[in-house]
This record gives sequence, C-alpha cells and structure tokens, in this order.
Amino acid sequence: MELHELTLKQQLDGLRESSFSSVELTQEYLKRIKSKDPSINSFITVTEELALKQANEADDRYSKGKALTLDGIPIAHKDIFCTEDVLTTCGSKMLSNFKAPYSSTVVSKLFDQGVVMLGKTNMDEFAMGSSNETSFFGEVKNPWDLNYVPGGSSGGSAACVAARLASAATATDTGGSIRQPAALCGLTGIKPTYGRVSRYGMIAFASSLDQGGVLARTAEDAALLLSDMSGHDPKDSTSLNIEVPDYPKEINNDISGLKIGLPKEFFEQEMPDYVRKSTEEAIEVYKDLGATIEEISFPNIDLSLPVYYVLAPAECSANLSRYDGVRYGFRCEEPKSLEDLYMRTRSEGFGSEVKRRILIGTYALSAGYYDAYYLKAQKCRRLIANDFTEAFKSVDMILSPTTPGTSFKTGEKKNDPIDMYLQDIFTIPANLAGLPGISFPCGSYNGLPLGLQLVGNSLEEGKLLSAAHHFQKVTNWHKESPEL
Amino acid sequence: MINKNQWEAVIGLEIHVQLSTNSKLFSGASTNFGASPNTQACNIDLAMPGVLPVLNEEVLRMAIKLGIALNAEINSPTSFARKNYFYPDSPKGYQISQMDKPIVENGHLDIELEDGSTKRIGVTRAHLEEDAGKSLHEDFEGQSGIDLNRAGTPLIEIVSEPEISSPEEAVSYLKSIHSIIRYLNISDGNMAEGSMRCDANVSVRKVGETELGTRTETKNVNSFRFVEKAIHYEINRQINEIESGNTIAQETRLYDSQKNTTRPMRSKEFANDYRYFPEPDLLPVILDEEFINSVKETMPELPNEKKIRLMEVYKLSEYDSSLLAADKDLANFFEEVTKESNSPKLSANWIMGEFLAELNKENLSIVESKVSAKQLGVLIRRIEDSTISGKIAKEVFEKMWASSKDTDDIISEQGLQQVTDLSEIEKMVEEVINKNPDQLEKYLSGKDRLFGFFVGQVMKASQGKANPKQVNDILKSKLEK
Repeated sequence: MELHELTLKQQLDGLRESSFSSVELTQEYLKRIKSKDPSINSFITVTEELALKQANEADDRYSKGKALTLDGIPIAHKDIFCTEDVLTTCGSKMLSNFKAPYSSTVVSKLFDQGVVMLGKTNMDEFAMGSSNETSFFGEVKNPWDLNYVPGGSSGGSAACVAARLASAATATDTGGSIRQPAALCGLTGIKPTYGRVSRYGMIAFASSLDQGGVLARTAEDAALLLSDMSGHDPKDSTSLNIEVPDYPKEINNDISGLKIGLPKEFFEQEMPDYVRKSTEEAIEVYKDLGATIEEISFPNIDLSLPVYYVLAPAECSANLSRYDGVRYGFRCEEPKSLEDLYMRTRSEGFGSEVKRRILIGTYALSAGYYDAYYLKAQKCRRLIANDFTEAFKSVDMILSPTTPGTSFKTGEKKNDPIDMYLQDIFTIPANLAGLPGISFPCGSYNGLPLGLQLVGNSLEEGKLLSAAHHFQKVTNWHKESPEL
Repeated sequence: MINKNQWEAVIGLEIHVQLSTNSKLFSGASTNFGASPNTQACNIDLAMPGVLPVLNEEVLRMAIKLGIALNAEINSPTSFARKNYFYPDSPKGYQISQMDKPIVENGHLDIELEDGSTKRIGVTRAHLEEDAGKSLHEDFEGQSGIDLNRAGTPLIEIVSEPEISSPEEAVSYLKSIHSIIRYLNISDGNMAEGSMRCDANVSVRKVGETELGTRTETKNVNSFRFVEKAIHYEINRQINEIESGNTIAQETRLYDSQKNTTRPMRSKEFANDYRYFPEPDLLPVILDEEFINSVKETMPELPNEKKIRLMEVYKLSEYDSSLLAADKDLANFFEEVTKESNSPKLSANWIMGEFLAELNKENLSIVESKVSAKQLGVLIRRIEDSTISGKIAKEVFEKMWASSKDTDDIISEQGLQQVTDLSEIEKMVEEVINKNPDQLEKYLSGKDRLFGFFVGQVMKASQGKANPKQVNDILKSKLEK
C-alpha cells in the first residue's frame, strides 16, 4: 500500500514504528499535490519548504524518542486560519496579498503537536458558499468527478483529503461548511460544539455560528485531530473552559442502547429516493449495532434557513467592515478621496456572493428593520434551540441525511442562490443551536458519495465520533476513494 | 428687541472619560499617552483578520466605582454591542460599545449652585466603549495619517438627563464629575490631553413651555471655561435664530475656541445609521453581588463626604471645605499640612492664599509643588508658636519655594526668629520714643492714631522680627506712663 492510501491513524502507527519517515510521507503528498492538484485546485498556497522543515524536525524527535502526539502527520489548513508569515487569503481578492502577522490558535496548537503543514486550502470567499465556486482563486473540483463541485465552503479542504493530497485538513462550519463538503466528497467531517475550538485567528464570517473542525478520512482520524485542536483559549471570550475528553479513546465506547431520533419534519423535505434509501440502510446498520430508533418532532425546521440568512449576513456585514483598504489587504488604484477608497476597494475586492450577504445583513440591521428581521430572527433561533432541547430529552442524537442529494455540477446552482442555500437545510439547525454535528459516508449514487449526519447534545463530540466509528467498523463507504 | 428672560435653556451633557488602565479595553496593548504613532497598537487594535476582543476586567471595577459614586444601579448582566460606521480611525469599521444594558444606569449627582444651594441632576447612564484612533490631517500633503495608539483605549461615557439649565450649572456638573473621577482614581481627567471630553446637548424654549425645543450637540469642548462659553454662545445663537423667525436644525456643531463660536459639523438627518447589534464575540458579563461588594470595599472617600468631614473634624467653614474638597489632591494636601501645623484654619488660609497663588503663577499642579505639605505645615506651626510673624512667614515661604530648603533652616540661617525677649523689645521701644519727641507730644495731646506709627517704627527697628503683640503691650504701658 502506498503511504497516501493509509489513514492518518495508520500513518501515525507507521511513523511510531519507524516504517517510514515523516519526510517520506510529506514528500509523497507534495509530489501528489504537484501532479494532481492542477486539475482539482484544492490548494491556494503550498508551503513545501516549511512542510519539509517540519517533517525533518518530526523525524528528529522520533529518532530521539521525543515524539509529539501527532508528530510528522502532514495536513492542510483551510485558508481561513491565519498562519504567521504565510499567505492567508480567505479565498478573497481582498486578502489576496495578506500574510498574517500571527498564527491562529488552531494552527499553533497543531504545530505544537508536530503536525506538518502542507499548505492552505481553497475555499468559498470568506466561507460564503456551498460549492466552492465563489473563491477568487477559482473553482475547486470534486475528485470523484471533476465536473462536479466539492461542496463548500471548505471545498478545498475536502477535495484535497478526498484526493489523498493530505492526510486530513482543518475546516470551519458556519452553516454546514464542514459537513456538506464531507458528504459530497465521501469524508468524515465534524463540527464541534460552539466554543469547543478557539476562533482566535480564524477569520470571522458569522461570529456566533462559526466553529472550527476537521475533515478526515475516518472518525478515528477526526478524533485524533480534534483532541489536539480543542480546548479553552483565553484569547477567545466565547471559548468554553471545559476539559477536553480523550476522543481517540471515547470512540471505542459501546453504542448498544444508543437512542437515535429521526425528526419527521426532516424526512418530509423534498429529497430524491436514493437519499431516502441510503439513509434507511444506515438506520438498519445502527439497529444492528444495538441502537434504538425513535421518531421525533422538530417543528421549527422551516425557520432554520430564513433565520440563518438574516443572522449570518447581519454578523458578516460588521465582520467584513474592517476590509477597507486602509491597513492591509487589497486597495484600489489611485483613490481620489476617502469615500472613493472605501467604495472602490470594497466593490473591486469582494465577490458578488459576499456583497450580496453584506447588503442583506446591512439591511436587516437598519433602523426600522432591526426589530422585524434581526430581533425576530434571534427569537426564532431560540425556538430552534428549544426543539433540540426537547429532542434530547428522549434521544441521544439526531440522524438525517447531511444534504438533500449528491454533488451537483459546477455552474448548476451558481445563479440560483435559493437553490444553493437549500444545500444546508439539514446542517444549519446545529449551528443555530451551537451543537456538534458529524457527517460521514453512507452510500453513493452514480459514483458520487452521500453523507449521513448525526447531531448530538452540547459537548457530546465523543458520542458522535463513537457512533460514526462503530458505523465505519461495519461498513466500507469511507474506504472508497476516487480514481484520479 | 430680544428679551432673554422669556427663554430658558435645556442642557444635557455627554462626558467621555478615558479610564486610566494600563492596557486597553479589549487588548493587552499599553495606553500610555504620547508614544510615537502606531507603536501602541497590537493586532487586535489594528483589527487584523481573525482577532477577537477580550474584556479588561479592571475596567469593570472602575465603572462600578463610578456607578456607586453616582448613586446609580449596576446592571447585571451588562452587555456589549457593535456600533457600525466607517472611518479610518475606527479600524474594525465598528466600535464596541454598550447599548441595551449599559453597566451603569439611573444615577444622580447633587451639584452646588452659585447661591450655595444644591440641585440634583439625573445621570441617565454610563456605558463602556472603546476610543477611536486619531486622524492627522496636517502633516501629509493631500493625504491623512492615522495613529491607532489611542484605538481601543477604554472610555466610559456618562450621559446626564437634560436637567441642566445654564452654562454655569453645566460647568458645576462637569466639575463635580471631574472631581469624582479623580477621587475614584479611575482617570486623570486631563481635558487638555483629551482624557475627559464633553459634548453638550443644548436646546431653548419659552419659559413655561413643556415641550423641548430642537437640540444641537456641540462636540469636544476641551476645558471647563470653553464648556461655559460654548453653551452660552449656543443658547444665544438659538434664541436669536428663533426670534428672527428661523428654525433650529438638529445637528452636530463644533466649538471654535479662538472665535468663540459654534459651527455645524454634520447634520443628524444625514448622519449614520449605526446599526447597533449585540457583540457576538463577547458574552454578557455577570456582575454578582460578591464582586460588586468587593468593589464597594475599595471605595475611597468622595468629594461630598470629604467636605462634610473637613467641616466636622477641622471646623472649617462650608465655603472653605467645599473649595478644598473639590480637588482630591488639594484636600489631601490640606490634611497633610494640618497634621504638621495643628492649625486647620490658618492652614486652609495659607493653602488657598499664598500656596495656590504660587502654583498658579508657575502653572504647576499640586503634586508638582516645590514646597511639600510637611514644609508648609512646619511654617504654619512656626507662626502659631510665635517663632516668626505672619509677615516674616511670607518671606520664608518665598525662600522655601525658591530653594526647597526646610522652614527651620531658613529661619535660623537668615536669623528671622521673632524677638520675644522682653528687655530687648523694651530697649527698642524706649529708643523709638526718645527719637521722636514731636510725635510723642502729639500722641499725648490726644492723637491716638499715632500709636500705629510707634508700632511701625519699633517693627522697623527690629527688622520685622519683634513679636507684634509684645510690642503693642510694651508700647501701651510706656506711652501711658
């Protein structure tokens, strides 16, 4: 078996047993990136020199018996995470020349555990999109079929792991940006509880919804990375000061007796038969694993999308105000006045989806509209959170398809924002309630993967990873890989 | 002909006070004044992508102290909001401020009026917010420079009810706030450096009317005197406008201290819609009773309490007490002087007389005084114990101010001790009488006023060192013989 075919866990075992070196592993990925990525476009920046330096240092530690927990594992970081002295673009022309002066907490924590950075991955501009078509650095292609989208906004992270160009990747999820690309690329992706992973240095889209997480091949791999990424950060006032469990250990916990809820309103949504079918097959797998299935009600699901598309744009309209051409990033040529500087910098620096959301958000916060939109949306957000609270009184987690279908063709939904926004119908509720959600492969249709989503109660990432891990022990969907 | 008596002014003040923390409201950068541009702005102050604010807890303690001093309610939870507007000195494109749940609400303050009575002014709220940076327009041809050192410095904005009725009352209110923040040690209150800034909302209406007139907001008036002048100007301007048939535009005006006028800055009608919404990067702050009580325990004596104590303990007049208590440093100086002198009344007189005159002459603050409280106290003790006369004391004080030497050293070096030896004074008295037979005759023939002449001559002969009371007694007995 070639090194890139191994899971992160197998690579870690190999490194520990000195079966191969981190430099060898890193070189293999760098070589694959060079040959395969031109057609996929999953990387914005490849940090070859840094990667080899880090790999060398890791090998050195192994030889001295001082290896760190994830020493020498080469991964990619979504280009939303600031990395000191390395280009950090957030997929935007606005930051196309921006080298961050500091590293995000997530990246620093992983560096501290010996993780090697291969590069920074492509993404929808400022994480706004579900197809990775809004990036200033070009569309990302789905490795399963290059005519199809990888999902978004963490499309580059998903595509590079699916194409075996990195062992795993960091990602972020504001309305489904980890779970939807995981589903569309046949990966395991987890969005933790809001506050579990520090947002410091993670470029903000919608602060009350954004959460960092992982895209990996297996639940086991995701557990390894998440353990080292999570934890309290005094630099993020919304980060939770609660101890992080040992996820790699927790995934082996017994799941018999697990109570899984099926929200009937989710299944009343329009979806193709093949989605229904593979979801039902997955339910059967869980029954066999000793879980009990219960129908539950989630009356406010219809509110999720409208609430999200008021709150996320409202927050983003303020979060993106700092991109004004004054201190860093893109600045228009020859500004004639302050107003001209602002207008042209922002008109030329932002793409159309970002502008659309800034406009929606500005409108929703305007005098005279605030109560009808922002305030109303906040109240509805509470209703949705209450639906979850009710559900978790009787079940341990909630099961649904991750997306309403497999991937779609590049360009297919580009000019239909509503259809595009529907991609996240099943994933958004978890963000609104700040709950952890995981997506993992449960089937395929016409050669394209399909994902299953489990949403758990607050801080129950361990349970979700364990449920996914047990599923992966008896199924093979996660083992399939695209031919390139 | 305008009859000003028909009109009354309605004034509310918004006072921005820079809190004297070591680091900024939401970052660890230093808040020192006067550093070279942009050397005290960290990634957070520069609004780099991905940074997040973390609240400086010291600021909460300061705000709670102010709330207690203003007899106000402390809100818990208190929360932050984003105030959105674009300006180059506001790096995030929004300012983190407070909207719905300001930390301090519903307080009041009693101010002293000129006739000695007091008036209660309501304090609507006091909220925390971050200061902006500074735009520098002069130094760069065709461009503006931006200094973000001040960006993120903690401010508390104290908003009064529109219950102030004259420029004089406004100044009295402002001085009271100034005095309180200095006592609380939460700001240096330096208006010239901008650590305390005042915006005045002014409107006028006919006496007896209940509806408020259209108000203007006059911004950034940076001294007590200018606040008085600016409001005065604005009241007159508004009355004149209305009397001449014009209406008042609701607008922001800027005070020009050189011309002593106000001029429109921007119209509120076209002003920003600030689109306030809760700051998602900061959780609402819960201020439990335990925390508030721990702050209460650190409350210092406040100006009014100090004034009452000066009256009760030192038996000073209300006027003197009030003057001394208005300034924390002055009041402390008085108490230290008195500790040494044991004579409160004489100490108060000296401090408010010679001492303040000398400070003002050199434009020094009390802490910069060249004569220490202890030195001044000893000087006053020497008057009390008759070592020197009041007149000589003034001479000694001047020498002390110039040399920083101690009182007793100057007195002994210069031989300024009062002559209290009876036989020596008697000798001088006899000499003066003998030298002036004409005056003696006139005095004896009934010209009593010449007694003063003899006192003066004796004092002169003693170079001012004779004890005046002894001179008086001896002269009287000699002349009546």
